[in-house]
Parts: sequence; C-alpha cells; structure tokens
Amino acid sequence: MTAVLTDRPAPPSTARIALARTALELRLFARERQQVVFAFAYPVVMMVIFASVLGDEERPGEIPFAQYFLAGIAATGIMLISFQAVGTAVATEREAGQLERLQVLGTPPVAYFAGKAGLVLVSVTAQLALLLPVARYGFDVPMPVDLAHWATFGWVAALGALAGTVLGVAVSALPGSASSTTTAVSAFAIVLQFFSGVFFGFLELPGWMQQLAALLPLKWLTQGMRSAFLPEQAGAFEVAGGWEHGRTALVLVAWVIIGTVICMRTFRWRRAEG
Amino acid sequence: MTSTQLAPPATRAGAAPAVAVRGLGKSYGGRTVLDGLDLEVRRGECFALLGPNGAGKTTTIEVLEGVRRRDAGEVLVLGEDPAVAGRDWRARIGVVSQGEGAGQELSVRETLDHFAHYTATPRPTAELLAAVGLTEQAGTRVGRLSGGQRRRLAVALGVQGDPELVFLDEPTTGMDPAARRQFWQLVRDLRTGGTTVLLTTHYLDEAAELADRVGVVAGGRLVEVAPPAELGADLRRVATVRWREDGGWREVRTETPSVVLRDLLAATLHEVQGLSVTRPGLEDVYLQLVGATPQGDQR
Repeated sequence: MTAVLTDRPAPPSTARIALARTALELRLFARERQQVVFAFAYPVVMMVIFASVLGDEERPGEIPFAQYFLAGIAATGIMLISFQAVGTAVATEREAGQLERLQVLGTPPVAYFAGKAGLVLVSVTAQLALLLPVARYGFDVPMPVDLAHWATFGWVAALGALAGTVLGVAVSALPGSASSTTTAVSAFAIVLQFFSGVFFGFLELPGWMQQLAALLPLKWLTQGMRSAFLPEQAGAFEVAGGWEHGRTALVLVAWVIIGTVICMRTFRWRRAEG
Repeated sequence: MTSTQLAPPATRAGAAPAVAVRGLGKSYGGRTVLDGLDLEVRRGECFALLGPNGAGKTTTIEVLEGVRRRDAGEVLVLGEDPAVAGRDWRARIGVVSQGEGAGQELSVRETLDHFAHYTATPRPTAELLAAVGLTEQAGTRVGRLSGGQRRRLAVALGVQGDPELVFLDEPTTGMDPAARRQFWQLVRDLRTGGTTVLLTTHYLDEAAELADRVGVVAGGRLVEVAPPAELGADLRRVATVRWREDGGWREVRTETPSVVLRDLLAATLHEVQGLSVTRPGLEDVYLQLVGATPQGDQR
C-alpha cells in the first residue's frame, strides 16, 4: 500500500550516508588510541625486531632477509587492519546495539560496509606510509624499482584490503559473543601468517601447509607484495617459478566475490533471535 | 457500543489508526510468545502496552518496528506492513531503543550531528538538545553520560527525523525517580506536539501517568484496553466492606456497599469496630487482569 500521502522528501542517498559513515569511522578510530597504536605499530615493531635479529640472513636468490620480510609484514598489516579489525568491530558494534539503530533508520547495509572500507583504505595507506620509510631508511630495503612495480604494489594492496574487509564483515556473522569472535579472528590471523610465508620462506613450509595457504588470500597478498619489492629474478624461487600475477589477481578477486556473497546472505543488524 | 456507520477507509486516510494489529502470533523455538494479539493505536494518542516481563510487549513492538518477523496475523503501521515497508516508511517512524548511539567516544552533539545525515528531515541539533535537556552535556562523550542522560539521548535520536509515530520500549527501566519524572515530561511534550506514542512498560504508575489508553498484555494477548482511570471497570465495581464482629473479622464483597452498610448499621446499636469500605486500586485490578488470563482457551 503506497497510497499514503506524505510530503516528505526522499531519504538521503546511500552515497551520502556512506560518506558520513566513513567520516564517523575515521573520527572514532582516531579517538581509540589503543586501536591506533596496535594497527600502526604492529608491522613496524615486527619489522624492527625481525630485521634487527635476522638482518644478516639471506633468502633464496641472495635476497636480504629484511627485503623479503617487508613484503610479508606489509601484507600482514593489511590483513590485520582489514580482516581482523573489521571483523571484531562489526561484532562489537552489533553486540552494543549500535547496529540496531542503523537498522531502524533504514540504513542500506552497503552504506555501512562502505564506511568500514573507507576506514580500511585510509588506515592501510597511513600504515604503509609509516612502514615503508622505516624499512627504507632503517634497514636499507629498496623500494619498488619503477612505476610498474609501484602499480603492482598498489593493486595488490587494494585488492587485499578489499578482500580482507568483506571477509571481516562476513566472519562477524559467526555465532557467539563479540569477545569470542575477537579471539577466534585473532587466533586465525596469527596462524595464517605462519602458513602464508610471512615469517618463513614459503618454499620452506611443508607441502600441506603451502596448499592450505594457497586457498586463502594472505598467501597471494604476500606473494604479490614480494613481486613489487623483490628483484625480477627472485620470482624463480616462488612455488610456480614465477610471480603469477594473473593467478594472484584471480584469487583475490574471487575472495572479494565470495566474501561479498557471504555478507549479503549472513549479515545481521542484531544478535540472533533468542 | 452503538452501531456506527463505517467510513470508507480510502477517503479518510488521516483518521486511519496509526497501528492496526489483528491476530498477531509469534513463537520462539516452540515457545509461544504472542498468541493472537489484537491492537489498535489511534493517531495522536499515547498508548501504553502494560504487562509483566515476558508477556510479549517487546516482541510486539519489534514486529511493529519491522525488525522482527511475525508468524501470523495482519499488521499495518501507518498504513503499511512493517515486514515489507521500505525506507520512506522508516522515515515516518521513530524508535527509542536501549542500545547506544554511534560510539562511546563521540560527544552528544557529534552523535546527533552524525545521525542527521540519515534523514531527509532532521530537526536541528540545538533544538533536540534543548528538548531533551542535554544542552549542557552537548560536549560530553556518550560513554560518560549517566543512565538517564543516555536514555534522553536515545529519545533525541528517536525523534530526530520528525516521525509521526514513536516507539518507546521500556524507556524508564533503571532510571531514578527524578530522571523518570523528567522523562515523562518529555513524552508528554511529544504527544502534545501531535506525535503518536506507543510505549511499553511494566510500571503501572507510568502507564497511568502518560497514556491516553492502556492495553494490558498477558499470555501473549491483549486482555484489556481502557483509559487508565477505567481500567478493569468491572473488577473495580466490587467493593469490600469489612468490620469486626464477635472477636473476628467479617468481610462482604459487593457491588452495592451502601446497601450492605445500611443493613449493617441498622442491625447494630453500638459503634461498629474496624469498619472499612475499600475498592480495588489500579494495582489490584492490574494484578487480577494479569493473573486472570484464561489458560484454558489457548490454541
């Protein structure tokens, strides 16, 4: 029945709400100091520790350890800020009843997701802007050699962050309390780092671990980052003997699509019905 | 009620009820919460759904808000079915919820300014702050507000989009008496401003204080609807005449206490000891209504 007469103007567009959400997310992020410190400090601290301790070691192809590690820790940072932070934030906001308010206001879910994505985009950019100079000037890690390598760095980071964001929203739908979701997501993120060749050379990992990791996005995000930071010939020491840009893009895009479908099917504004 | 001409609904859209519910049913995992509830809320009135915890008040409100699915029944809120109504409809209702705003670290003013982006018709933040008495706390972070102040912020958010109908679910639970009175004034102001108000409460005095009509919910049904003063009129007609006689208490329940008294006094030469005539108060009536739910005829 749409015959009811109202002279109300149409509700604001999804884009306008998405913009307001992004501004809100950034403001709240900046005010939660713990979150800021953790998100920005983790990759930098890990970089400093590992590069200081293992600085003399080399990876296959005479790649200095710090150079190999930068690619991995940059990928990890992206995963933490997208997948882990978004997953726990959505679960926490739902538990606090903040999402109920969005629901009764008729907020399009896409506008809410866009706010999260906006925050991820800005914070990933800020994190990398902090990490790269530390690696460059603290540990003499060379930056991507030309525009093409920077472009690779760009699209790998963007796709990785996008996949992490949608998968973070997807994982927030897991049953249980927000704190149990936080624990599960954090534990998963830690294990995944080891499986995906962030700390150890991927080729050194047992075969089953490689195969498992190859199904998940972090391995591809890490490999894509290596292709941007490491010299061309280092590609020979990858599993496939090359950088596999096509497959990297394919897997990451596939995860973006899978994550989006899961979000659309499982996203809830409120806790499950009692 | 005498028979009245039924006006064709289409030509009198303005007079159509704000809420019309028929046979609402809902169960959770085999446990019946709503069992054929009927409800009508008129435009411009303040209607209180009164009932004990677990009677189905919150479930009813959530179905009307369009955030919970129903199992059975017909529901029209502002002329639309909440289960399928869109954003245009949502803009016309306001929900005062228990949950927090947008974040503990946001100030009261920032919270209101943020949510102004979600509606095409936001009331000015300064006006809202004044209306709910939070002008002094405008710069305070939401996480540092008292329970009562938080609830007032929730009201401000609920009416921000200038809704025609506002839902308040147990709005004063946990408030101290002073905060409750301030809150009541807020609700009265809303109603005076022409907004239809539907609130749930398990406080009898709150329903009596605020509502034009009270609906008593028990066992998943509406067992009585009346203005507060007329609630349980049948039950209240019975008075109890009580006095002492031969060292014991005597009690007569009657609809005609003066007749009983006249006979009693005529038969007694000396002073009648401990004589009293009492009628059940609102609370007694309410307890009887809630307790007297027919258990036998549940489907």
